[in-house]
Amino acid sequence: MTGPAHIFDKPNRYIGQPEPRADAARLLQGRGRFVDDEKLPRMVHAAFVRSPHAHAKILSVDTEDALSATGVIAIYTGADLAEHVTPYIGTLTHLTGLRSAPQHPLAMDVARWQGEPVVMVVATSRALAEDACELVDVDYDELPAAVNSETALDADTPVIHPEFGSNLAWERDVIAGDIDAAFAAPGVHVIEREFRFGRHTGVTLESRGTLCEYDPSEDQLTVYYSGQAPHMMQVIFSKHLGLPEENVRVISNDVGGSFGIKIHTYGDEIATAAAAKLLRRPVKFIADRFESFVTDIHARDHIVKAKMGITEAGTIVGIDFDDLTGIGPFSMYPRTSAIECNQVLNLTGAPYVMENYRAKGRVVFQNKTLMCQYRAVGHPIAMAIADGLLEDAARKIGMDPVALRELNLMADDSYPRTSATGMKLDDLSHKRALRKLTEIMDYQGLRADQTEARKDGIYRGIGFVSMVEVTNPSPMFYGIGGAPIASQDGATVRLDAGGALHVSSSITEQGQGTNAILAQIAAGVFGIALNRVKVTTGDTATTPYGGGTWASRGAGIGGEAMLLAAQALKDQVLDVAGVMLQTGVEKLDIRDGAVTDLDGKERLPLADLARTVYYRGNELPNDLNPELIATRHYRVTDFPFVFTNGAMAAHVEVDTETGFVKVLHFWAVEDCGRVINPLLVDEQIRGGVVQGIGGALYEECHYSPDGQFLNATMADYMVPMASEMPDITIAHIETPTKTSVLGAKGAGEAGTGGAPAAILNAVNDALSPMGASIWQMPMTPERILTMLDNAAE
Amino acid sequence: MSRSIDIKLRVNGEDVGATVPARLNLVDFLREELCLTGSHVGCEHGVCGACTLTVDGDTVRGCLMLATQANGKEVTTIEGLADSGQSTALQAAFTKRNALQCGFCTPGMLASALGYVNAGGAADRDAIRQHISGNYCRCTGYQSIVDAICDVIKETRT
Ligand code: FES
Ligand code: FES
Repeated sequence: MTGPAHIFDKPNRYIGQPEPRADAARLLQGRGRFVDDEKLPRMVHAAFVRSPHAHAKILSVDTEDALSATGVIAIYTGADLAEHVTPYIGTLTHLTGLRSAPQHPLAMDVARWQGEPVVMVVATSRALAEDACELVDVDYDELPAAVNSETALDADTPVIHPEFGSNLAWERDVIAGDIDAAFAAPGVHVIEREFRFGRHTGVTLESRGTLCEYDPSEDQLTVYYSGQAPHMMQVIFSKHLGLPEENVRVISNDVGGSFGIKIHTYGDEIATAAAAKLLRRPVKFIADRFESFVTDIHARDHIVKAKMGITEAGTIVGIDFDDLTGIGPFSMYPRTSAIECNQVLNLTGAPYVMENYRAKGRVVFQNKTLMCQYRAVGHPIAMAIADGLLEDAARKIGMDPVALRELNLMADDSYPRTSATGMKLDDLSHKRALRKLTEIMDYQGLRADQTEARKDGIYRGIGFVSMVEVTNPSPMFYGIGGAPIASQDGATVRLDAGGALHVSSSITEQGQGTNAILAQIAAGVFGIALNRVKVTTGDTATTPYGGGTWASRGAGIGGEAMLLAAQALKDQVLDVAGVMLQTGVEKLDIRDGAVTDLDGKERLPLADLARTVYYRGNELPNDLNPELIATRHYRVTDFPFVFTNGAMAAHVEVDTETGFVKVLHFWAVEDCGRVINPLLVDEQIRGGVVQGIGGALYEECHYSPDGQFLNATMADYMVPMASEMPDITIAHIETPTKTSVLGAKGAGEAGTGGAPAAILNAVNDALSPMGASIWQMPMTPERILTMLDNAAE
Repeated sequence: MSRSIDIKLRVNGEDVGATVPARLNLVDFLREELCLTGSHVGCEHGVCGACTLTVDGDTVRGCLMLATQANGKEVTTIEGLADSGQSTALQAAFTKRNALQCGFCTPGMLASALGYVNAGGAADRDAIRQHISGNYCRCTGYQSIVDAICDVIKETRT
């Protein structure tokens, strides 16, 4: 390569380095700025009266006593706000047949889940608003509820939206090859299991919240938003509150975790914006933990009947399954609640060579909290179906589960290719990942230990998953279906007069280290010390237009835009330097904040160049008009998604007396393409694994038969704690994606997508000597004991 | 409406006097009245540990204590720990190990970690995991936090 040193291989080579995050210091000193930390002049507070019933007709609302309570400023009912907010419907055109009913910020005539906001009270403090909520008298006529997804389509189940005639929201069939013939072929074993995946939720440690400020003099709404997609929310506030899009500014400062929870349209947040507009003053709403449990989107809630056919020699001939998933009473706006089911249909078995495939998905309405896209959408289900059946099949034919994967995984040199469901795959490394995994975990050693331990009545299990992950989505994910969700992202980089870089990007930070990797890419590509890069994200007024951070797209899409912008600015600076130094640009480079010769000898500090451009333009030729700022945007073309792959393993011990599962260790080998910062990505994968373990072993939203959420406190809903989590070993394989220069794919969801299957397989491996197995998550001690009892009978 | 009570306390080394509603909890008082927003509220029922702070040298949950119960006491929040330098070593180790992501659990986690280190806790991973189990973190896998606390103990005891 001629000219400047390559970006991945030069003195300011920050890409790939374990650089600590610059913004850690602020958060460690208590200087974070989360939504509830903001205070504005004349600010008032909202609280909500919520439906105590899963399904009820609202007969009347009496607000008289509440209106005269201390500190109360205003009270709004559903009908009041409907005059100011247009309804929204969570459908997308590419999910053919998906239906949902119009939603209002507050329930109108019928409340359809316990926790649905019904009346909004605004008062001078949150405590006074809550006091007044107690005085609001809502007269309900309780209706029979459709709670259980398995009976949602039965003739005698109440239909939640009578205009649809049934509780079916969406269905889709995917068929490839001839599954019946494949299963009927001689010598083929068919393994059949019913999987149950409980409902769980994100439990962001910072609950949802918003602070909305309206300035009537400029018809300007400013929203402090704890979330992932500021530009999407800008469109939503504009469209449904009737404001010009440019008059809506959405700001995300620090966000205390999101994981897909804070990227949807929540009635209480829309109501808060409407109240701010009506009252012409700032209104804050911060959900308390109970409100979070009953209104934050839930996830999973799938019942899957699945079969895998396998030959005696271990060749998988196909997978056949039926997925039923309950999504609450509406499809969430604007992303819809059919995506998770769609992912399950698309991704199941995608690591394996397979000709025959049949999948049916049905998405049904029910009177429970809305379900939508939480971290690793659909992946834990898809991976558990395929890899759960695979390890069950391995036991059946007496083959080692690693050997069986070796036999069926797509070969690393077989790409580009498609999966059985037609997904375009490239740059994957399943076999290398699996081999690396068995090396780092000392697989043979663990098997020997397992055999020894069993002699002492100690039941340990080893379980694996080979997985794919959807990352870097193209417009085919949402934009094509009409959602106001950008699939491209932009980055701007500017050289200031002091020789430092200012970067702004449309991807957002919720703790992943977005700002840190943007700085690393900009500094590395441009050629400047990392501490001389300032980063701005999370503000629709000051960043380029783009999608934000979700679906493991920040590094891959936003990072590439940053790389292209930094390269463009570098080219521009070298053009100026070439003129100033009377040297050909091909002989110049930028290193450590100075223009240099190719051998690194300093020729011109960047501050000198910038000061000349900004202050003494008279020294430049008249036809040279440098801007010292560059913006580039990037989107994925040619592929609907950029898939990554990984291989993970869990080592568990099951106490057969108590049913308690202890995870002894966990390993993850991840191929997320080029790793930009291993320090950040490793702990992000660990955090994902821990959420996956939570889903596999602990986390579940329990409902009574009439739709009451039974465990809506942090004491009753169990999230993983430090003491019960294992150490997690991470290793990487780097197969850069060819779709970008940077080569980065997403990594943030892998652990959550893969860990449940690995834990399930490990538990079943541990239980196998007793002839027991479990196919329901979370795998609670009670459920495990039941399975052991059943096996003993 | 609840009645109001006069309180006097020291917060991060400064004398504070206030008239507070009897029902106001300590963390809300610190956040709302004193603008010490470093202490966070994750559950308000004593489970998550986001509100952990120090009162008269003890590690307590700011959501389980009323502001009036802090009358006459010495309260230290994350802002105080940082400004006085008490948490400098932990801050450096948390940064080096990337022991935080969103940072929402971090002030409480740091206060708990400091309590462990100051009490002479050992660089024993299981013991540290036990100690911080009252502090939920939803972002990290806890491992980096354990690593960071171990680092500080090893550095300060050698
Ligand atoms: S807010 Fe105090 S323990 Fe959760
Ligand atoms: S860093 Fe987000 S909760 Fe711990």
